Amino acid sequence: MEPLERYRPIVDDFDAFLEACERPLGNAARVNTIKASVERTLEALEEEGLAYEQADWNPRVLDLETGSPGSTWTSFHGFTHGQEEVSAVPPVVLDPQPGERVWDSCAAPGGKATQLAALMDDEGTVVANDNNLGRISALRFNAERLGATSLAVTNADARNYSLNRFDFDEFDRALVDAPCTCEGTIRKNPDALDNWSEGAIASVAGVQKGILRRAIQATREGGTVVYSTCTFAPEENEAVVQHALEEEDCRVVDFDLDLEYSPGLTEWDGEEFDSSLERTARIYPHQNDTGGFFVTKLEVTA
Amino acid sequence: MSENDGQRFDRLPATPAERTVEGRVSREEVVDYFEDRFGIPPETFADYTFWEKGAGKIWIYAGEAPTPLEIEAIGMTCLRTRQEHWKPTTDFVQRFGGRATDCVIELDREEARAFATGEDQEIERWEGDWGYLIGAHTIADDLEPIGIGLYVHGELRSMVPKGRQREL
Repeated sequence: MEPLERYRPIVDDFDAFLEACERPLGNAARVNTIKASVERTLEALEEEGLAYEQADWNPRVLDLETGSPGSTWTSFHGFTHGQEEVSAVPPVVLDPQPGERVWDSCAAPGGKATQLAALMDDEGTVVANDNNLGRISALRFNAERLGATSLAVTNADARNYSLNRFDFDEFDRALVDAPCTCEGTIRKNPDALDNWSEGAIASVAGVQKGILRRAIQATREGGTVVYSTCTFAPEENEAVVQHALEEEDCRVVDFDLDLEYSPGLTEWDGEEFDSSLERTARIYPHQNDTGGFFVTKLEVTA
Repeated sequence: MSENDGQRFDRLPATPAERTVEGRVSREEVVDYFEDRFGIPPETFADYTFWEKGAGKIWIYAGEAPTPLEIEAIGMTCLRTRQEHWKPTTDFVQRFGGRATDCVIELDREEARAFATGEDQEIERWEGDWGYLIGAHTIADDLEPIGIGLYVHGELRSMVPKGRQREL
């Protein structure tokens, strides 16, 4: 937990934060409405004798009381998909509509890409890209199990992503759920901080900036880009968004999210950020008993 | 007639008359097959396109794409053609098999469990066609397709792929 000490000045109730980081997480699952309605899924869970709790902010997000969430009929039928509660936030913030063209730049293993498809009633085009061919097989497996027919899967570096392969030249919306140092997954992966270093943060931040810039360029004027990470480091969060504000045509916009969270930072380590960064969301583990997350909603302005 | 290129997605021709690739099935034949064999209404597929990548492997897709297309995947694999008996995939059957009226075998609790595990089992009561059937069971008050099976000589062989099999 040593690396997290650097966040003492920015986290309210830092002791509760540390304490939450040391508690393991339960089994969260998302209801996949491509395969079954929430009502039917809950009825099927009850039939199997599985206890659940629905998240207050999203009836499609469940806390499941089972030791093996992958060995249930609801999972076998693709009614449910194991997905951490906060990881269901970015697609909801992106708010894709049926028929739209949506890009998921770092999509494997596919939890969020299939959630985007479900939010679009599986109508439209979700281009699910990942640069890691090995992880793409997991993405394809999940997409087929969950019955997502609107996905087109590509294997490319998101930083210089080409739309030449398609007939359209811009997206309506894009999700950049960026590769990151994953500090916020410590409750799921106790070794998440083992290889932590400021050098690792600096190096991944460069990649994040490249992907976010490409996503903004590839999205139409008036379109939406959501940038998210599962880490606390401001270098990977506010500083990346600040870079995008300086280099690309976009602005940070408000969004509704019925979870407890803290506003984004406007300064860190001597660096000042635009005041609009306050509209981004830092979700800490002790606030909703979840993993940690950072989410930003951007509007493309040209 | 050209040869099939297994490395890319090609959209299926609308009808057999429009075929340009040796051995490739048409959209019409695929939709007819799902209707003839399983009673799935053709309008089910009005907003979908069908593609071939890999010899005989047919994919169903709801999004936009030009043909040909060299990417990793579009939509889901739905059917294996270029063999005597066409074979739907388990994932397709789970997604669209709820609309089927024919060749659906209802399994009881224990049979359903065995089927999902990948086991073959003797089921004498089936009086319908032999060949590929949709295995289904009742969950939350409605019949729900589990996957594809092959019925011959009083035996239902589970065709649920290894990676999808689960102990339930």
